[in-house]
Amino acid sequence: MASAAKKLLMDPFSDNNPITVQVLGVCSALAVTVKVETAIVMALALTSVVALSNFVISLLRNMIPSGIRMIVEMAVVATLVIIADQLLRAFLFDISKQLSVFVGLIITNCIVMGRAEAFALQNPPKESFLDGIGNGVGYGIVLVTVASIREILGFGKWLSFKVLPDSYMGNGLALLAPGAFIILGLLIWAQRTVTKKVEE
Amino acid sequence: MEYLNLAIKSIFVENILLAYFLGMCSFLACSKKVDTAFGLGFAVIFVQTITIPANWAIRHFLLGPGALHWLNPSLSTLDLSFLNFICFIATIASMVQLVEMILDKFFPKLYHALGIFLPLITVNCAILGGSLFMVEREYGFLQSTVFGVSSGAGWALAICSMAAIRKKLRYSHIPNGLKGLGITMIVTGLMAMAFMCFSGINL
Repeated sequence: MASAAKKLLMDPFSDNNPITVQVLGVCSALAVTVKVETAIVMALALTSVVALSNFVISLLRNMIPSGIRMIVEMAVVATLVIIADQLLRAFLFDISKQLSVFVGLIITNCIVMGRAEAFALQNPPKESFLDGIGNGVGYGIVLVTVASIREILGFGKWLSFKVLPDSYMGNGLALLAPGAFIILGLLIWAQRTVTKKVEE
Repeated sequence: MEYLNLAIKSIFVENILLAYFLGMCSFLACSKKVDTAFGLGFAVIFVQTITIPANWAIRHFLLGPGALHWLNPSLSTLDLSFLNFICFIATIASMVQLVEMILDKFFPKLYHALGIFLPLITVNCAILGGSLFMVEREYGFLQSTVFGVSSGAGWALAICSMAAIRKKLRYSHIPNGLKGLGITMIVTGLMAMAFMCFSGINL
């Protein structure tokens, strides 16, 4: 693969990660990470929406008048999210119930709008598509990491398989909202210590 | 009493930000100064109070299962729920635009104070999330109005207190990697823990 395309695809995995570096799309990253299973489904849904919306908006980029670009972007994203939501309801009903409002909230997920504004409006469709996949996967990596920590600490399981002995008492805090905030905070700390990025 | 209970529940016990993580992006970005946090919090209450009842009406009279019955009895089997998302977001966007124009015309001072925050609210997930929760929990009209005001107030409370904490944090020694986003997340976690003390309150 050409190095430029590779950079587009791989950069958001860590160096320019949408959650920990660009600070986009944090809401759903915390809400759907009680279990690894829901995190994976959410990551897949978001990746497909970002990639396709980037692709479509990039195709339309020379036709959209800049005054109404937000509304056009909103319409494209909302349509894709409706499709994703209907597909989840049809094929993965249980998980779609657990994700509750958060599938719908992909519409206002800052990653989708942020990448459309910052990348798809200036770049050709192929690059935009790759950028969307890259950011979706970068988001997925953080989601699955946080979910793994929370599920292992909270239930002693990973993807519903027991990984800790039966004598392990589940830590309820990891499953509640404060646990999610603190675990993501520590994860950001660890990541920034490795990449040596300092804010302000 | 039921409404007061709902209000207290959505401000403190099930705070839309601290328990459901909605509106995190603007929460993290705009909580550096108390003034901006206050302005944004106020704008969110304002928009939330208008959009949730408006979306309730749309859902009740146009999109819900059998909602078109009033138009023609033959339409009573029609269920347009799949259009929820796109209609809600359109309502929110147009309401925000409308509020912006009204404020500009009649309350120019408030308009300038809120400035850039009004358009930003369209993409705040707390607003769309509020409307989606309204659908999921099957609130009635009054209930959704109360829910709108109080979930907005809960969000405003959280962002204002966060801004105040961050102001103090500036003078403390924080490890390099933890500066900025990391410490904000952890403080939010502690705040969420404090808010959990309210759980169980029932009037």
